[in-house]
Amino acid sequence: MRLGEHAGLKDSKPLRDIFGEALLDVVRDNPKVVVLDGDLGNSTKTELVRKAFPERSFNIGIAESNLVCIGAGMAGVGLIPWITSFSSFLLCNAYDQIRLSVAMSKINAKILGSHGGITLGKDGPTQMGIEDLALVGGFPTMVILVPCDPASMRAAVRAATDYEGPVWLRSSRYAMPEVYSQDLDFVIGKANTVREGNDLTIIANGLMVAAGLDAAAELADEGIEARVIDMHTLRPMDVEAIVSAAKETGAIVTAEEHLLHGGFGSNIARVVAENCPVPMRFVGLEDTYVESGDPDELLKKYHLTSGDIENMAREVLAEKRKAK
Amino acid sequence: MGSIANKNELKIIARELRLDILEATTKAESGHLSSSFSSVEILTALFFNGILRYRSDEPLWPERDRFIMSKGHAAPLLYAVLAKAGYFSRDELWRLRQAGSPVQGHPILGCMPGVEATTGSLGQGISLAIGHILGARLIKKDFSAYVLIGDGECQAGQIWESAMAAAHYQMQELIVILDYNKFQEMGPISREMGLEPLTEKWQSFGWYTQEVDGHDVQKISAALKTLQEVKEKPSILIAHTVKGKGISFVEKDFTWHGRAIKDPEQYEMAKKEILCG
Ligand SMILES: Cc1ncc(C[n+]2csc(CCOP(=O)(O)OP(=O)(O)O)c2C)c(N)n1
Ligand SMILES: [Mg+2]
Repeated sequence: MRLGEHAGLKDSKPLRDIFGEALLDVVRDNPKVVVLDGDLGNSTKTELVRKAFPERSFNIGIAESNLVCIGAGMAGVGLIPWITSFSSFLLCNAYDQIRLSVAMSKINAKILGSHGGITLGKDGPTQMGIEDLALVGGFPTMVILVPCDPASMRAAVRAATDYEGPVWLRSSRYAMPEVYSQDLDFVIGKANTVREGNDLTIIANGLMVAAGLDAAAELADEGIEARVIDMHTLRPMDVEAIVSAAKETGAIVTAEEHLLHGGFGSNIARVVAENCPVPMRFVGLEDTYVESGDPDELLKKYHLTSGDIENMAREVLAEKRKAK
Repeated sequence: MGSIANKNELKIIARELRLDILEATTKAESGHLSSSFSSVEILTALFFNGILRYRSDEPLWPERDRFIMSKGHAAPLLYAVLAKAGYFSRDELWRLRQAGSPVQGHPILGCMPGVEATTGSLGQGISLAIGHILGARLIKKDFSAYVLIGDGECQAGQIWESAMAAAHYQMQELIVILDYNKFQEMGPISREMGLEPLTEKWQSFGWYTQEVDGHDVQKISAALKTLQEVKEKPSILIAHTVKGKGISFVEKDFTWHGRAIKDPEQYEMAKKEILCG
């Protein structure tokens, strides 16, 4: 069964294609937006902008440190740079540059970290971003956005561009099914409840939102009503949504296409522990590098499926009942 | 605006900058005195002899030339220069490196007027300047960018990434000044990680190069005026300098890198040498 099928979600294009289209839209609408590329525009899909607006597109080449600082410099004349590449190359080659010239400087720059997670698949672990969000978490001034479907990607690109300050946006090669209709409410820092329920809460981001909805559909067949929250903003965290979920449903499963160590589940756990401790389980990557392979096979092998969320949901529910 | 001072005035400015750096770092009991002293005449030429176009009463004047202190550890010099140029009161210098003060140990964008970049991790300044100029070209603003880098800093890969890019963009608006004092933190460059042939390296990357005595304000100014006329190429002024210039016992001992003068006797000796130098 494909991702989102059980929940009745419509299939879509790869998220990166949506990103490229959305970026083209903001470039068209806002003359201040410029796009910088690390020689990957055909993969990140910024090539759409380059075709339409060559004078506002800059391929800095395979030199990510230089790429980030040139982008930062352009913000210094009032432009809004979108600095784009794979998250792995940006973060591993230019962490220092992002830290000083973007995050510490609090400039109005946007960074696209494409190919986050493991679902780029066949290119293997050197290209994957299994630790990207943990690393971005190290920039205390940076907003972090992880859209889960086409509509939220479009909204995220627009919200990031309109926001005054540094923003990181995760994109992916994977075709994420349509969680939202076109006119969703996308507010930075405000999580969206995409399914109501009071037995437990599944808090997810990225493609795990669709997996969470699939799991919720399956659990509903068993008479369990799971709330599903799309926590599209990792920073600032929507503490209120987490605390309400803990208080109202009494059990939480988090799900992310990322290392568990330093992942968003651990951040949510901190909020839960401080405010309203309830049983929790975590779906994500154990400490390992993932190998090349078909994306869906990898998701299965590394336990990032709706089935894995369901198993954790049953565990957490059993614990919740025992506590009562 | 960088007013044009006469020769004697320039000498006095350089002397006062050294005294301010000495006092600020001694008060802070830390800071890169020797790295600051080696670039005093370079910044004196740039800021006080009509080279850099700026308005200290309008720090974000869109047409201003950019000055980026890539060797961010020379922050005491940058602050002393900005204070003298009128960006803020000289009293701020005595809050260097103190908690709650905007006069941070290394420059942070947005903390003090006139500071154009967050630096202190070496290697990033030229790239930032390239960004400013690419942006200026796009929004049809006409200004130049000046960047001060260290010689040890030239060991960083990003320097050469940016050198390649500036030549690619035929960036005549970019002028880099290299403080070639022949020392890095741990010792002589030639012993630690040699750079020579350095001028040829820059030339082979497509840059216009010129060399100068980095402690002669008139010659530095004349050279910078020549570089302003270079077309379709970035240019670099390789300024031969002495690390710690102006204090004999600091000039002789590279282990002064990153240290302030704390001993009162040494402080008085240093002050005397600067005043009489
Ligand atoms: C990327 C990076 N690595 C190490 C340092 C620590 N550091 C500060 S100054 C310095 C030596 C710099 O030498 P040079 O560029 O020749 O400057 P000088 O002080 O001689 O003017 C070092 C290694 C740093 N600031 N940034
Ligand atoms: Mg040196």
